[in-house]
Amino acid sequence: MDLATGLSIIIGMVFINNFVLSKFLGLCPFLGVSRQIRLALGMGLAVIFVMTLSGLLTWLAYRFVLVPLNLVYLRTIVFILVIATFVQLVEMIILKKSPTLYRALGIYLPLITTNCAVLGVTVLNINTFFANGKSLPGSLGLSLLQSFFAGIGFTLALLLMSGIRERLDLTDVPKALSGIPIAFIVASLMSLAFMGFNGFRF
Amino acid sequence: MAMKRLIKEFSKGIFRENPIFVIVLGLCPALAVSVSLENALGMGLAASFVLVFSNCLISGIRNIVPSRIRIPCFIVVIASFVTIVELLMAAFSPQLAKQLGIFVPLIVVNCIIMGRAEGFASKNSILPSLLDGLGMGLGFTIALSFIAIIRELLGSGKILGFMIFKAYPPATIMILPPGALLTLGMLIGLINLIKERNKR
Repeated sequence: MDLATGLSIIIGMVFINNFVLSKFLGLCPFLGVSRQIRLALGMGLAVIFVMTLSGLLTWLAYRFVLVPLNLVYLRTIVFILVIATFVQLVEMIILKKSPTLYRALGIYLPLITTNCAVLGVTVLNINTFFANGKSLPGSLGLSLLQSFFAGIGFTLALLLMSGIRERLDLTDVPKALSGIPIAFIVASLMSLAFMGFNGFRF
Repeated sequence: MAMKRLIKEFSKGIFRENPIFVIVLGLCPALAVSVSLENALGMGLAASFVLVFSNCLISGIRNIVPSRIRIPCFIVVIASFVTIVELLMAAFSPQLAKQLGIFVPLIVVNCIIMGRAEGFASKNSILPSLLDGLGMGLGFTIALSFIAIIRELLGSGKILGFMIFKAYPPATIMILPPGALLTLGMLIGLINLIKERNKR
C-alpha cells in the first residue's frame, strides 16, 4: 500500500465521494439524528466504529469463506447477517461493560443495522479490492482504511448538518418547507459545496 | 366489506401513505437512482418485487417465528429475495444492473421493506399483505419516476433517452447529487402546501 493510494482513498471518502452528500448512503440517520450536535456526534462515533469493524469482518468472511466455497452470490445475505449479529453483540457487550456508554450510544446501535452506509461500504470494499474473486495486494488494509474514512465522512456531514439545523430552528422558514423539506434544501446546498472538491487529483 | 378493506390496503401506499413523499422512507435509492426515468423504473420494479414476495412469505411464517428472533428472520427472507433480484437482473439486463450498481444489494436495507414487514406483514394474513406490498411498491415506483422525470427533463432535456427540447442548454446540476436533494425537498414542500390548502 503506497502513500498515494492511501491518501486518495482518504480524501475521496471524506470529501469527494462523501457517503451522504454525493452517494446518498445513510440519508435516514442523516435527517433523523441531525437535530442536535451532541446526538449527531454520538451517532457518528457509533457509525465509525461499526463501519470499520464490519469492513474487517465482511472482508474476512468473503475472503476465507465465500470465495473458497464458491458462494460469492450469497454476499448480500451473509454481509447483512454479519452486520446485524455484530451490532447486536456490540450492544450486549457495551451494556454489560459500560452502562454509561450504553446510555449514550445505546439508542443508535439498533438503527445502525439498517443504515445503508454500513452495508454500502462493505459491498464497495468487495467491488473495489477484489478482482475476479481474488483479493488485490494489500486489500485488507485498504478495505479497513476505506471503511474507517467513509465513517469519518459520514460523521463530518452529520456534524455540519446538525450545526446548521440548530440555527435553522431559530429562523423563520415558510410553513410548508419547515422540517424535512428545508433540511433537504440545506443538504442540497451542502452537497453543492462538497462538489467543489471534485477537482482534486493525485 | 372485505373487498373494500382490501382495496384500501392496496391504495393507501399510492397516495395517502406514499412511502417517499409522506412517510419519507427509503430515500437513499430514491435519490441516487432517479438520474433517469429508465433507472427509476428498474429500481421501482426491483424493490416492488422484493416487497411483494417478502410481505407474502413473512405473513405466511408470522405464526411460526418466535417474536424474539423475528427481525433476523425477516432480514434473511428479504436478503434472499434481494439476491434473487440481483441474479435475475445481472442475467437479463446486465446494463441496468451495471447502472444501478451498489444500490441493488442495498435494497436489503431499504427501510420501506423492513418497515412493511414489521409494521404490516407480521400482523396480517397473506392476501392483505400481498396487496399492501403491491400498493407500497407502486407508490414507491410512482414517486421515484416522478422525481426522475423532473430531474431528467431539466438536467438533460430528455425523457427515457428521447430528446424533448433543445431550446436552451440543460441544467446539468439537476442530474448531479445536489439536484436530487433540491428536487425532493421542493416536492415535499409542495405536497405540504397542497395538503394545507385542502384543509382550509
